[in-house]
Amino acid sequence: MSLPSNLADFTLAEARDAVSGKKVSSTELTKAFSKAVADAKPLNVFVTETPEKALEMATASDARIAKGEAGPLEGLPLAIKDLFCTKDVRTTAGSNILSNFIPPYESTVTQNLWDAGAVMLGKTNMDEFAMGSSNETSFYKPVLSPWRAKNSNSALVPGGSSGGSASSVAANLCLGATGTDTGGSIRQPAAVTGTVGLKPTYGRCSRWGTVAFASSLDQAGPMTRTVRDAAILLRHMASVDPKDSTSVDVPVPDYEATLENGVKGLRVGIPKEYRIDGAPPEIDALWQKGAGWLKLQGAEIVEVSLPHTKYALPAYYIVAPAEASSNLARYDGVRYGHRTKEAIRDITDLYEKSRAEGFGAEVRRRILIGTYVLSAGYYDAYYSRAQKIRTLILRDFERAWEKCDVLLTPATPGPAFAIGEKSNDPISMYLNDVFTVTVNLAGLPGLAVPAGLTADGLPLGLQIIGKAFDEATVLRAGRSIETAANFTAKPQHWWAA
Amino acid sequence: MSVDKDTVRRIAKLARIALDESRVEPMERELNGILAWVEQLQEVNVEGIEPMTSVVAQKLKMRDDVVTDGGIAEAITANAPQSEDHFFVVPKVVE
Repeated sequence: MSLPSNLADFTLAEARDAVSGKKVSSTELTKAFSKAVADAKPLNVFVTETPEKALEMATASDARIAKGEAGPLEGLPLAIKDLFCTKDVRTTAGSNILSNFIPPYESTVTQNLWDAGAVMLGKTNMDEFAMGSSNETSFYKPVLSPWRAKNSNSALVPGGSSGGSASSVAANLCLGATGTDTGGSIRQPAAVTGTVGLKPTYGRCSRWGTVAFASSLDQAGPMTRTVRDAAILLRHMASVDPKDSTSVDVPVPDYEATLENGVKGLRVGIPKEYRIDGAPPEIDALWQKGAGWLKLQGAEIVEVSLPHTKYALPAYYIVAPAEASSNLARYDGVRYGHRTKEAIRDITDLYEKSRAEGFGAEVRRRILIGTYVLSAGYYDAYYSRAQKIRTLILRDFERAWEKCDVLLTPATPGPAFAIGEKSNDPISMYLNDVFTVTVNLAGLPGLAVPAGLTADGLPLGLQIIGKAFDEATVLRAGRSIETAANFTAKPQHWWAA
Repeated sequence: MSVDKDTVRRIAKLARIALDESRVEPMERELNGILAWVEQLQEVNVEGIEPMTSVVAQKLKMRDDVVTDGGIAEAITANAPQSEDHFFVVPKVVE
């Protein structure tokens, strides 16, 4: 295998093998990525860069390697979404209300990564409290995608909410990144930036120490340049955790070991309800191409029906805001976070002003929707009904599993759009998650894999959906798509000085 | 169903988010846009369907009722906008 000449162009697997084979030190690798990060300021990817901490961690990694005590991710520089609490490193969740919050503890997912030897480059920008599909709701200004359409200099969104993580992976600013996915926040940005994003089964990764948005839907996962890298990273993010009672005690397999097993005999379902009116013909064409690729490699393609698909997004916009309104009640301007400097009449006034100043428009809107649907007299009509529809959506998947092992769908209804294009119309923004949100409601694993380019040269992805805790098969099918698609396009380096 | 201006003011109060009077009308419009869109859920027959309580079938884990952490008042109050001797300081609440 020939290695890239620029260290920042390594995949995570290549870097791992080079570091453990002592061909390159963690310090060299970390310096190369820290420089790439520093040069990429125009992308606004990081809320907080931690180059000193990265170098410290890399030095410690090199010492462990010298002593023969290397961990499985030893010395590998990663970017961390700013939703994961990192001890003594500011964690903002993309919000003004947490602009001065320094966690005195480490999230379980990031602790697992550091225990495996990984190095932190910094905290990536994101939609405020992970509420958004474009990164435009961040208090720290939008992230830009490294991608631009052919013959255009217009700024495009990187998707969201894990847009900083997606851009950092697409622009080779890290070997891999963590993301979180409540309605599509890993898979949608991965798809529109030509990267790989995996939302694991609910309960696969601990939610402890990850700033909560909608607790029954939130799940952490890896964002990487290759399916193999996602397989490696997930293994070391996942764990059962006594601090999260919803983390599930099932063994975490070696996903990498079964990655190349192919799809011969695998039954791949094509859910007919994912053909939506008004989607660009390129989306449907790519989907058919994907099915063709898997068939050619020996998979059996079967048509399936998920009849409640169209209700997933509206049900999500009841369940997620309801849970958010409850979770975000903790920001009171008293125990941590922003407190108003205005004159106040009483404690209620302190809460109301601190929260109005601390939360952005989209977060305020969702808290109010959530408060309304949970309020006396409306609970049954909205929340309880949405949770019943969630049961129906899960049943749809369970029926599909009688006929197939995984599902193949488009990842997004279109490519990346321009900054500002959808920000005045909440519902058109919400529709970005139409293909991803069903998976969160049913708790299943979903993987976005880059599969092609639009006529304008922008990335599009396909999604593999699997059975609960069957990430191994999802990754294996994703690897087959990756092999057939042979997606090698990279954005031009327009941002570097 | 839709909300009127009074309802918007009431839920903002419940949510403890100050809403400037000039923002009431735009918020009413935005919330009603979303509520009109989720209205389609009314067409689904949910007769006899249990609301979902957990996506992954599992029994809630139990643990022994013992203290597992503590003695970290300094860490807990470290991020407080105002604190004194490990207490959170708020404006006078009781006259």
